[in-house]
Amino acid sequence: MNQHQKKDEVILMSHGGGGTRTKSIINDIILKNLGNAILAKLDDAACITVPESELALTTDSYVVQPIFFPGGDIGKLAVCGTINDLAMQGAEPRYLCLGLILEEGLPVSDLEKIIQSMGRVLSATGVSIVTGDTKVVERGQNNGLLINTSGMGVRCPGVDVHVSNACPGDVIIITGSIGDHGIAVISCREGLKFESELVSDVAPLWDLTHRLLKVIPNVHCLRDPTRGGLAAALCDIARTSDAGIRINETSLPVKREVIGACRMLGLNPLNVANEGKAVVVCQQEDAEKALDALRSHPYGRDACVIGVVTPAPAGMVLLETEMGGERIVEIPSGEDLPRIC
Amino acid sequence: MKQFSSHIENIQRLSEKTGRAVKLMEVCGTHTMAAFRSGLRSLLPSNVLLLSGPGCPVCVTAGDYIDRAIVIAHEPNTLVASFGDMIRVPGTDSSLEEARAHGARVLVVYSPLDALNEAIRHPKTQVVFLGVGFETTAPAVAWTIRESKRQGVSNYSVLCAHKTIPPAMAALLRSGDVKIDGFMCPGHVSVIIGSRPYEFICRDYNIPCVVAGFETADMAVSIGILLQQILNHRAEVVIQYSRSVNESGNAEAQAIMNEVFEECDDRWRGLGMIPHSGLRIRKQFAQHDALTIFGNLNIPAPRERPGCICGAILKGTQLPADCPLFRTQCTPETPVGACMVSSEGTCAAYYKYAKYTEHHESASKKG
Repeated sequence: MNQHQKKDEVILMSHGGGGTRTKSIINDIILKNLGNAILAKLDDAACITVPESELALTTDSYVVQPIFFPGGDIGKLAVCGTINDLAMQGAEPRYLCLGLILEEGLPVSDLEKIIQSMGRVLSATGVSIVTGDTKVVERGQNNGLLINTSGMGVRCPGVDVHVSNACPGDVIIITGSIGDHGIAVISCREGLKFESELVSDVAPLWDLTHRLLKVIPNVHCLRDPTRGGLAAALCDIARTSDAGIRINETSLPVKREVIGACRMLGLNPLNVANEGKAVVVCQQEDAEKALDALRSHPYGRDACVIGVVTPAPAGMVLLETEMGGERIVEIPSGEDLPRIC
Repeated sequence: MKQFSSHIENIQRLSEKTGRAVKLMEVCGTHTMAAFRSGLRSLLPSNVLLLSGPGCPVCVTAGDYIDRAIVIAHEPNTLVASFGDMIRVPGTDSSLEEARAHGARVLVVYSPLDALNEAIRHPKTQVVFLGVGFETTAPAVAWTIRESKRQGVSNYSVLCAHKTIPPAMAALLRSGDVKIDGFMCPGHVSVIIGSRPYEFICRDYNIPCVVAGFETADMAVSIGILLQQILNHRAEVVIQYSRSVNESGNAEAQAIMNEVFEECDDRWRGLGMIPHSGLRIRKQFAQHDALTIFGNLNIPAPRERPGCICGAILKGTQLPADCPLFRTQCTPETPVGACMVSSEGTCAAYYKYAKYTEHHESASKKG
């Protein structure tokens, strides 16, 4: 940055123009916090060498609103989300690409905080951002900040954790309490602020997954129950595996604050998003060892068995209620809207 | 849990004594939800059928009301504020969700007070709140109308489609062909209106009523109370939800409703026009009535889809399979009638459970 130039307080359209202001963002914020030898070259594409192996590639866009929420922010979410998408394929996350779409008027200090937050997750996990892009759009056309992260990982040899692998007799494990992320984000939305100690569970799950796969390489399925919550994840497993799933309401780990907020807002904890949890499907005989491995990690401390895979009814998820009744768990049809009745 | 099992055992015992099929109707969306969440229906004896009545306010809101809300939301400097579950309800050709994607301004709020505050914050925008719901939501909406008049908030208005429950129950019964042996009356509505407004059902139609709470155990106890009345050939209003409901209700809430609203005939999705079943905004609050403010807008005439037998299904006289639209034109993604709009409506439940039932039937045939 030109030393005579006043430091910008908010993002201007010219930050996206490719000139000195763009460079100032790249140098002063991005390279300062996320820099590594590959990224520092600032080439049009990152060149990386990967030993012969099976690669996993993924991409995800993050539009969470508000961009700061209890327990995290859009940056942490964007890095963890993509790391987790790779981890759920049994792939060790290595490299990420970062696309930033900034809205004119975004405080530069907010951008800094978000990039620093990404940097902390990257340092902790050993994952690198190796290339990226920054654009600016006019005020009012964006969320403040939108992020896309694409990721590349190397799959553990011999591991096959596709959602279609569930077999009758398998057990379903969840690595911790459900609904924390969605409710934490809702709790600070404009017009709906309510006091809560709840924080998002957003966390990178490769270390946890790796620990599990080292003990049980034969895990049948992994899935992170993000949008659509646990219900959507289980429905996907049941549908693609052509098997039934039966879960038990009393086994579901749901925090009191989440139950309370869901009751108040007319939401179902099963449909609320998680960003630091995994659904694990494995053989019955592996369940104890799997639970021990998961519980030995801070992100899996509350892991528990919530249900079993059954031969029928194929493609459906059934919930045994606390009262001993039974109901069908469905994939949510869209945005989960609060009910008035 | 142990206590709950004893309620279910009691229901089983009583239902055996009746020795016939018993149809009970819960007249409240919250009861429908509670029964759904707890799987209560799956625990009931096969001769006790729990029907879902017209008590989901969103589901019974007529299509032309949604059409009007959509037209208003497209007006310049106008914002339509609504409870979340109205957003996906279909009008004649579109929903508020689709309208929003086409540029209409639609805001989801959690209370009418939020809508009033939005109007105060943005004095150049006409904020129109969609006043939908029964006696439970009507008092709070009435309060915002009175308050906006008092504070001179000229850009706040309500598109009123509030409805009252007892006239709808009367309409179901008056149709003559109804086969309901007992009513589970809505607890939250009764907190406001008390239990007296149901007495005519017992007196004129000899059908027992129970004002029930919303925990699964409340509902199980209430079903037991209805069965006991049926066995004893009695028809009374019993208040099971006595921790919140009394005979006369909440006088203050009734007073504010009467101050702001007056009775009118109203159209219900699936049931048609029901006399005295609606509430409209009184003339002295006309400046906060969206019908007055947007009175000259061109709203397409209401078109009920021919073939929909929602009314008969709500009355329990026909089943979804009898409807020519069921599973063809009317599905959870493209609902036509009230019973499909709500995910727990009778048609939606039949649609959803069809696969499960087929599995059970084929399993039992194999067995």
